[in-house]
Amino acid sequence: MVIKYFSWIKEHIGKSEEFIELPDNVKNISELINYLNNLNDNYKKVFIKKDLIKIAVNRTYCSVETKISNNDEIAFFPPVTGG
Amino acid sequence: MDRKITIPVKIKIQNKDFDVSEETKILRENQTGAIVNFVGVVRGFDERNNSLIDAMTLEHYPGMTELEIEKIVKESCERWNITGVTVIHRVGKLLPSDQIVFVGVSAKHRQNAFDSCNFIMDWLKTKAPFWKVEEDNNQKKWVNYNLSDDEATKKWVV
Repeated sequence: MVIKYFSWIKEHIGKSEEFIELPDNVKNISELINYLNNLNDNYKKVFIKKDLIKIAVNRTYCSVETKISNNDEIAFFPPVTGG
Repeated sequence: MDRKITIPVKIKIQNKDFDVSEETKILRENQTGAIVNFVGVVRGFDERNNSLIDAMTLEHYPGMTELEIEKIVKESCERWNITGVTVIHRVGKLLPSDQIVFVGVSAKHRQNAFDSCNFIMDWLKTKAPFWKVEEDNNQKKWVNYNLSDDEATKKWVV
């Protein structure tokens, strides 16, 4: 699976994207966030601000309950500020 | 939502500037009686923090940005009788007074063009994945989202 990060989230995590092999027990976004939080503190510092984080699966907005699989493209980003 | 868009639609994400008169000319080639253009411009002043802005850089999520704008345009086509839409959004480094975004809508009658342009712009500001980082005295600061942008979309809820 590829995970993409944008804006200040990218800077806090220290990368714009990463490829991970999804563990069998990770079935949705909420579980993915828990998994990432256990990797290192950078993730924790980002995901603690859950009200400021938007999620997309395969380039479509979704929620923490959305089911995911190893072929998905996930993105975490702050509320948008274009226009 | 799977209905196809049947009118000419142009959606571009680009670094380079755009020419409003060129874009208007393209919209004029449709069966149209009215064109409404919106142009967003880089403000050289941050009203919320009372500070000057030297420059601004925009980043986006390639692929998703185009999809989100397409969804907004499709919705607009279903709600109003319009004859053409152009959305151009710039990314990269921009300076005060530079053009950022162009939304042009043509229609047979003006009210549809006004409403559709307003609708596209309101939803673009809250859905299309762009992020601005401002530079002031070499300090970079990610722009916070504006609650009033969310408020602006409420008028379109039916």
